[in-house]
Amino acid sequence: MNTAVAVEEKENYLNNGYGLKSWLLTKDHKRIAVLYFITISIFFAIGGTFASLIRAELLTPPGDLVSSETYNKLFTMHGVIMVFFFLIPSIPATMGNFFLPMMIGARDLAFPRVNLLSWYLLIAGGILAIYAMIAGGVDTGWTFYTPYSTTYSNTYVITTALGIFVAGFSSILTGLNFIVTVHRMRAPGMTWFRMPLFVWANYATGLIQVLGTPVIAVTLVLVFCERVFHIGIFDPQLGGDPILFQHLFWFYSHPAVYIMVLPGMGVISELISTFSRKAVFGYGFVAFSSVAIAVIGFLVWGHHLFVSGQSLYAGLVFSFLSYFVAIPSAIKVFNWTATLYKGSISFATPMLYAFGFIGLFTIGGLTGLFVASLGFDVHVTDTYFVIAHFHYVMVGGTIMAYMGGLHYWWPKMTGRMYPEGWAKLSALIIFVGFNFTFFPQFILGYVGMPRRYHAYPDEYQVLHVLSTAGATVLALGYLMPAVYFLWSLRYGEIASANPWGATGLEWQTPSPPPTHNFEHIPVVTHDAYDYTTVPREVMEVGR
Amino acid sequence: MEDSHAQAETLALREQFDTEAQQKDASTLGMWIFLITEIMFFGGMFAAYTIYRSAYPTVFGVASSSLNVTIGAINTCVLLLSSFTMVMAVRAGQLGQRNMIIFFLIITLIFGCVFLGVKAYEWTEKYEEHHMPGQIAFHLDGTPLQGPAKLFFSLYFAMTGLHALHMVVGVGILTFIILETKNGKYSADYYTPIDIAGLYWHFVDIVWIFLFPLLYLIDRHLPK
Amino acid sequence: MSQHVHEHIDSVGTYVGILVLLLIATVATTLVSFIDLGNFSVVAALAIAVCKMLLVALFFMHVRHSTKLTKLVIVGGLMWLAILLLLTLTDFATRGWTGPGR
Repeated sequence: MNTAVAVEEKENYLNNGYGLKSWLLTKDHKRIAVLYFITISIFFAIGGTFASLIRAELLTPPGDLVSSETYNKLFTMHGVIMVFFFLIPSIPATMGNFFLPMMIGARDLAFPRVNLLSWYLLIAGGILAIYAMIAGGVDTGWTFYTPYSTTYSNTYVITTALGIFVAGFSSILTGLNFIVTVHRMRAPGMTWFRMPLFVWANYATGLIQVLGTPVIAVTLVLVFCERVFHIGIFDPQLGGDPILFQHLFWFYSHPAVYIMVLPGMGVISELISTFSRKAVFGYGFVAFSSVAIAVIGFLVWGHHLFVSGQSLYAGLVFSFLSYFVAIPSAIKVFNWTATLYKGSISFATPMLYAFGFIGLFTIGGLTGLFVASLGFDVHVTDTYFVIAHFHYVMVGGTIMAYMGGLHYWWPKMTGRMYPEGWAKLSALIIFVGFNFTFFPQFILGYVGMPRRYHAYPDEYQVLHVLSTAGATVLALGYLMPAVYFLWSLRYGEIASANPWGATGLEWQTPSPPPTHNFEHIPVVTHDAYDYTTVPREVMEVGR
Repeated sequence: MEDSHAQAETLALREQFDTEAQQKDASTLGMWIFLITEIMFFGGMFAAYTIYRSAYPTVFGVASSSLNVTIGAINTCVLLLSSFTMVMAVRAGQLGQRNMIIFFLIITLIFGCVFLGVKAYEWTEKYEEHHMPGQIAFHLDGTPLQGPAKLFFSLYFAMTGLHALHMVVGVGILTFIILETKNGKYSADYYTPIDIAGLYWHFVDIVWIFLFPLLYLIDRHLPK
Repeated sequence: MSQHVHEHIDSVGTYVGILVLLLIATVATTLVSFIDLGNFSVVAALAIAVCKMLLVALFFMHVRHSTKLTKLVIVGGLMWLAILLLLTLTDFATRGWTGPGR
């Protein structure tokens, strides 16, 4: 039994210093994580609002809710916000920031002030992007293809590009921080192969952030130069090649999707293990597969250029390589499944999200193989099939993992439990809403509905109505956690140090943890998922 | 039980680290990873250069010849000299010789400014010769392909411009380090900022080591 | 009591020697560019540039005294640059192989 009074009075990272300055000038990775949580939740709400407008427009065949120009702005801004300001930071900047140091037994990241700078850069970039949206919007698509973005668009391309550029450096610095931290700040006895798989995942993500983001940064600089100084690198009238832009853009933007999904996979490894009460099967394979995804993910970007005018031979090379990147992802799914086998499974909310992830990510990943095939892609490229594919992996995958991790670590971060009944209900609503939103889009795409169009032939309406109905349910599903999480901060049950009976150093600290994480830096003597080290009385799962 | 990490934080040992060696190691690794991001940052422009030079080799040769190779070579030597004085400053840091640190850093700074000054002169020359892509009167003699000629100069200004921007930042960093050295912040036990500033400076030098032949030395053997 | 990292301090002579090599290489690459080597010109220029880069990195940036991890990071970065250049070239070098317009 927890004595509520004793826990409340203990010094922890939340009550250690009050006032705006203690938060805005903090060096504590846990406080920075909280700042990020708030920030990206706001961005998610903005991006979600754009999505709602898109789905509302698509209820009826004619383009009657907004003009075509406005519709172009809606899907552009939805994409920009969701990709650069929500998904890319999501898990690393929140749960990665909070737990990576704790999981390896460190007091903080290697560079705490750089960590704070990362947050400010995301804010600055976000302000620029939102200013662009309020001032009139941007309509190039989140992909900024030239020559439209450089020469013909009359919208706020430069401001938005600047915002993304700045946010990119937030991402680079986070990745840099994580890499150095994992290499140099592990506690005594915390060897590479004793680290939780969540750490491996964030480490691999850091590699992608550091190697890929600079390329989109310089590409945006070139777009900026072309628009402002008329230095035309992508201008066909000068003999330039717009496809070069696409190469440079996707060199980052494909690995970017692995920035978005890898940390989610790391979360799932933690959830599957804890809620099967079993070590992750094939730990080494799962660890290496994270790095493999990071590496191979850099070799496949041309599959976004199959119909662009890229040479057929390059298309063959990229299609071939794209099949390889599925292998490490599949390895993870198989190992998670094997972990479940003969495990002691419980169905707390985080586990529901983990199951959701495995199913939906598998569908999304498999459809990725479909579009990696040249012939099939010619048929479905730039249709709703592609949209369905990436929403399955990004929303059905990453956001499910994000929600799972949020529920899992909520008691640790806040010292409070969320209401399990409501949480299970929202998980179910999200799952149902998600599938109703996006499964029809596979069919829509296959029968020819193009993406980025707001007017369509009548025969597509049924599927669109299904999708919009699903989106409404999905939105409700996301609203519920917003309400009950906030409720729990005040009225939630006080959480113990280890409510799930999980392994991992973060569960050996109080909930919420003290500012310096550990009274004494632990000396690690056992493997990552060794349940013999978790005391019996802590095992109270299955609520 | 009171937190055992109660020691005062110093520049040399920040509280997240256990030893000064660990801190220096981490700082150096961090700077190297940052330099890798810079390799990829410049890399995008090198990719564009590679594509367009192989598409328009003759035009690029003609355009390259319009650059002053003597000035370019001299400027390259200026930057190499600045790298020498920079590493001498780091060496002085390792030996704890405060005045030598400041001396060599100031010389490095001067060389850097000379480089930038020469660059400004070169750019002005290009402007007067109507070789700037944004100019209405743009024209490169010796080739009918004015479009690709503009491509060369777009890359020239973008790449040397980005490089110059990095030099300016470097000058700023050096100024800061000089002031910190004057204030006695460094010693033989703690000179890490000088070390990693040096890494940054040398990297910017290496970028120029590639920019010089790629921009200035194309088809020089051909008669003008 | 501070922990002293015992490190190798190179001599002034070493640095001067490397500087001289770098300056000679600069003069060399400039002069070589005036000789007609056909397609080999760009190879020669890049080879000399790579040598200069190695001198600066190994000696001025102390890479030859640095940890294996640092060296791995550098090699990794250069490999990634190579990936960017080479895979992009698979497109541009093979345009037109299947006839005009492709």
